[in-house]
Amino acid sequence: MKHSAGLVAPQSADFAEALTLKSGVRLPGFSLTFETYGELNAAKSNAVLVCHALSGSHHVAGFYDPKRKKETQGWWDNLVGPGKPLDTRRFFVVGVNNLGGCHGSTGPVSPNPETGRPYGADFPLVTIEDWVAAQARLSDFLGIDTWAAVIGGSLGGMQALEWTLAYPERVRHGIVIASTPRLSAQNIAFNEVARQAILSDPDFHGGNYYEQGDDGQGVIPRKGLRLARMVGHITYLSDDQMAEKFGRRTRNHKRSFNYDVEFEIESYLRYQGDKFAEIFDANTYLLTTRALDYFDPALDYDGDLQRAFRRAKADFFVASFTTDWRFAPEKSREIVYALLHNGLNVSYAEIDCPAGHDSFLLDDQHYHAALDAYLQGIKL
Amino acid sequence: MKNALARIYGRFDFIHVARWIGEGERVLDLGCGDGALLLMLQKEKKARGYGVELEPANVAACLKNGVNVLQFDLERGLLGFEDDSFDRVIMLLALQTIRQTVPILKEMLRVGREAVVSFPNFCYRPHREAIAAGRMPVSRHLPYQWFETPNVRFFTITDFEALCADEGIVIHERVAFAEGAPVTDDPNLNAELALYRLGRMS
Repeated sequence: MKHSAGLVAPQSADFAEALTLKSGVRLPGFSLTFETYGELNAAKSNAVLVCHALSGSHHVAGFYDPKRKKETQGWWDNLVGPGKPLDTRRFFVVGVNNLGGCHGSTGPVSPNPETGRPYGADFPLVTIEDWVAAQARLSDFLGIDTWAAVIGGSLGGMQALEWTLAYPERVRHGIVIASTPRLSAQNIAFNEVARQAILSDPDFHGGNYYEQGDDGQGVIPRKGLRLARMVGHITYLSDDQMAEKFGRRTRNHKRSFNYDVEFEIESYLRYQGDKFAEIFDANTYLLTTRALDYFDPALDYDGDLQRAFRRAKADFFVASFTTDWRFAPEKSREIVYALLHNGLNVSYAEIDCPAGHDSFLLDDQHYHAALDAYLQGIKL
Repeated sequence: MKNALARIYGRFDFIHVARWIGEGERVLDLGCGDGALLLMLQKEKKARGYGVELEPANVAACLKNGVNVLQFDLERGLLGFEDDSFDRVIMLLALQTIRQTVPILKEMLRVGREAVVSFPNFCYRPHREAIAAGRMPVSRHLPYQWFETPNVRFFTITDFEALCADEGIVIHERVAFAEGAPVTDDPNLNAELALYRLGRMS
């Protein structure tokens, strides 16, 4: 029987020691917001770190409000909980909001200790390497020397990969889902469109919008954020699924001959955009897309992914989805071949799921069966 | 399919395969089913193995068995696997289900130093009798009706060996079986299954 991880609450950890970022900028201390599910065993051998993707957070599973379970549910609740593939009766699961995020961890919204005012545009660009370095501090804080597994989908999968490269001794299993070893030109192009949408919003104010407005209470570059999310959403779905979900369906049978919402897909994208603009920070969106662009573990190895993975020691489970054109299966296969080259244990599932990139968030039967089987095989 | 056949044949063919595998070899098993052979080779031979399997249920079974499994479509060949990256590439009872017969055999011998291949002998006496009686053979060795068979290539021991000669594939060893026991007398007539150890022309 599958159960919910139940009522959960976020925690926070402060790190006083400065962190020198990949860019060379020194971040004077920071805090990370995280959540845990299940119990850490005595041997501390059952800890699993869940890395989030672009719009995710530390709130992976369970709910915040018993009266609004569905609305306050974690983003990967179908995966994490008692009886679920990431079974919290067996594993101690940790979700963490990344550095530069907007869900509690130190980020552009946080006060800059030098000025006492929100960092805004002054928050340094962070990379996936920086996120993982910050997560390693959290591991120390929790007393976790070695993760049984680090798991993530999409951008989260890139963090799982980075963990196995940056801390090969501290990860036993890397679980990399719907991910890629590096973005393609097309991926970067979509990110650039999203960034331009935000940067060109008059309410963006060069990133310092938190104290703008007549009352100084801040404004939100809503239009830009909304557009950025709309573009993103197109890349998360497959053509077939969009056709099935929305097709050419319209709200009214008659053409209105204007630019208001007519097609269902327009309504969907606007709704997703509006919803996102209310909860997400534009600066975090910008720096996250840049972190995605920059990630390239093969950069220091003449583009040779095989050499890049030479230092990895973990066992791997890689999964992709047949209809994912954002991070297509061949990107995952590239990872698999590089791991094979290095003689590492790797399993790969190419899941036939119609939902495109977003499939990794769904509980497709074969997908969860494969994950469940792999996770069960992890020795504690 | 593979699992069904494995049940029919028992695991006697695994024993013969294991005899050909050295300690600690790198092994790739194409169409590995639930990973039983790899599991055995890991245990008995300390082999470092990977399986290739397309069926989701088999992929999950391999994962459950703790066997490395890669969900690739063999019709696309072994693109991405490096030359000589395995000591042996094994394919048991799957060759008859693949359209790209010659390409997959060549790929196996590119990626592996040697290949191990088995297939049901279409020319086995009971099969001949079925055809002589006017029907496609359905037996415990070819357990499918003609309209539902996953097999796409129907061939005999003699056919296969002629192909190997044409393609420059060296047959190092052959074992033929009927009812789980080795057959030496006219295998093309008396054997239901043939197992080969193949190599490249030196």
